[in-house]
Amino acid sequence: MLRADGIDAGFGPVDILRDIALAVSPGETVVLLGPNGAGKSTLLAAMSGALTVRRGAVTLDECALADWPQPLLARRRAVLAQHSALGFPFRALDVVLLGRSPWAGATSRSRDLAVATACLAEAAVTHLADRIYTTLSGGERQRVQLARVLAQIDFAGTPADGEARYLLLDEPTASLDPAHQQLTLATARRAAARGMGVLAVLHDLNLAAMYADRIAVMRAGRIVASGKPADVLTEAVVESVFDFTVRIERHPTRGCPLVVAL
Amino acid sequence: MTVAGELAAVALAQRRRQRGAAAIWAFAVLLLLAFLVAAGHGAVDIPPGEMLSILARVIGFDAGTETGQATVLLAIRLPRACLAVLAGASLAIAGASLQGLFRNPLADPALIGVSSGAALAAVATIVLGSGAVLAIPVGLRGFVLPLAAFAGGLAVTFLVHRIASRDGRTDVATMLLAGVALNAMAGAGIGLLVFVSDDQQLRDLSFWMLGGLGGVTWGKLLPALPLMLVALVMLPLFARHLNALLLGETEALHLGFDVERTKRLIVILAALATGAAVALIGIVGFVGLVVPHLVRMAVGPDHRTLLPISILLGASLMLVADLVARHIVLPAEMPIGIVTACVGGPFFLWLLMRRRAPGGW
Repeated sequence: MLRADGIDAGFGPVDILRDIALAVSPGETVVLLGPNGAGKSTLLAAMSGALTVRRGAVTLDECALADWPQPLLARRRAVLAQHSALGFPFRALDVVLLGRSPWAGATSRSRDLAVATACLAEAAVTHLADRIYTTLSGGERQRVQLARVLAQIDFAGTPADGEARYLLLDEPTASLDPAHQQLTLATARRAAARGMGVLAVLHDLNLAAMYADRIAVMRAGRIVASGKPADVLTEAVVESVFDFTVRIERHPTRGCPLVVAL
Repeated sequence: MTVAGELAAVALAQRRRQRGAAAIWAFAVLLLLAFLVAAGHGAVDIPPGEMLSILARVIGFDAGTETGQATVLLAIRLPRACLAVLAGASLAIAGASLQGLFRNPLADPALIGVSSGAALAAVATIVLGSGAVLAIPVGLRGFVLPLAAFAGGLAVTFLVHRIASRDGRTDVATMLLAGVALNAMAGAGIGLLVFVSDDQQLRDLSFWMLGGLGGVTWGKLLPALPLMLVALVMLPLFARHLNALLLGETEALHLGFDVERTKRLIVILAALATGAAVALIGIVGFVGLVVPHLVRMAVGPDHRTLLPISILLGASLMLVADLVARHIVLPAEMPIGIVTACVGGPFFLWLLMRRRAPGGW
């Protein structure tokens, strides 16, 4: 289990997160919602180990992230950032193969290649494999990066017993067209079905309602509501947290809440 | 994933790997040819066959008689060619590593102040240290200049690193701007030292500051050799780290790399390579900038091929630049920095204009 216990954390001198408790179990998709500046990305950074917490602890399988050997931690959890800095002309396939870095020496080159091709297919970017990354559109780049983080934790493989893997996604749908938003979150669901724990920051309330097992709503550095989509996405919560008026309907085919802005 | 798709990807990756290996061999052959031409041409021409037999005689396979050609080759051409190889390779790999580290293809040892820090320390050694050098045993005097230059380069690199770091993170833009300021300060320091130096020191200084590979002997080359070799052997070991760093420092961290340790070691090794090269040949610009670019155009940005080929091409280009510098204004010699700047300056401008084209670098 990936777990934050009473953490305070922030990038500057001021804590952005205050007394956060959040746990992601294997096989579960947890979505973080909240207005801009609520601390969603900061919480994701703390849960990934990129941001050191000032109070409390983030643990993976009862062991603090800081005490994990980095390469071993990297095989267990992968993080998809909002934006990527890569400005050098790698081929898309090579970008995905970079995701295999933590496995250097542990797996064969042909195995790495098989994992990479499977993950290219999972992210629906097989046709881009030989394209230069810097010439791709923003959405295509994001999907190649998704393939890379899937390759990092060996999406299609079977891990050893008790070694659940975790996928952390920071606004994975931000630059995607509607169809690919659905595809990406369907990939997240499949990851959960394979026993991975998924933690995703989203802005689209309806995507969250459709794909989350559990939603945690944040405001001003705190989690103010948490639970199943139907319990959390109520008119009262949405209106008080996001400050706009909505009506909650029922999704015609999926049965999950459907948030309609008024 | 279809079987056909997977086979295509496997074939693609295999082809790429073979092309990378072939490119390394091709550039190695290029370096050999450049070496033979550079060592063979000059006031006395030595054809490759003659060169081989002279070398065979040195090793003891063929007990022939000493010739004038042998003296020229062994005492003048070979040390000079070896210096060109080492200095070119050092500057090129320092440039390639720093460009990867800063995720900025315009980074260059000269740009972030490493070269001018090394130069300032070298000049200070010449002007202020002449008395102190006399106290050092003769056999160790050769080490003073390269070590001082390395220390100067390292000091500036750490200073830049320190200024640009907050909470264990390094901001690349701040680092480049700090480099601009430190370059100016080192320039002022060098100016001041030139101002206070006496006639003899001024002659030593201008001789050194013009740069170039003339007058090198085995005795001058050997002290800097270990410094350069350490960097040339160690830096290619960081190829995978540098590839991951291109994704971003946080991404590299998430991929399991010890980012801060990696950055520290790469900076030290690049300063080592640059400092030793600057101590021997002065500030020769653009090699560290241009060579990695040319290699990226030829074989792509993967550091596993980029770093070794940058070593080979940097050495080759330095040999050729020195050959041009020796021949263009016979019987005099043009400072090699002028040659590299004449080629590298326009290339840099062309890069800046090309940057606006889609696809970036």
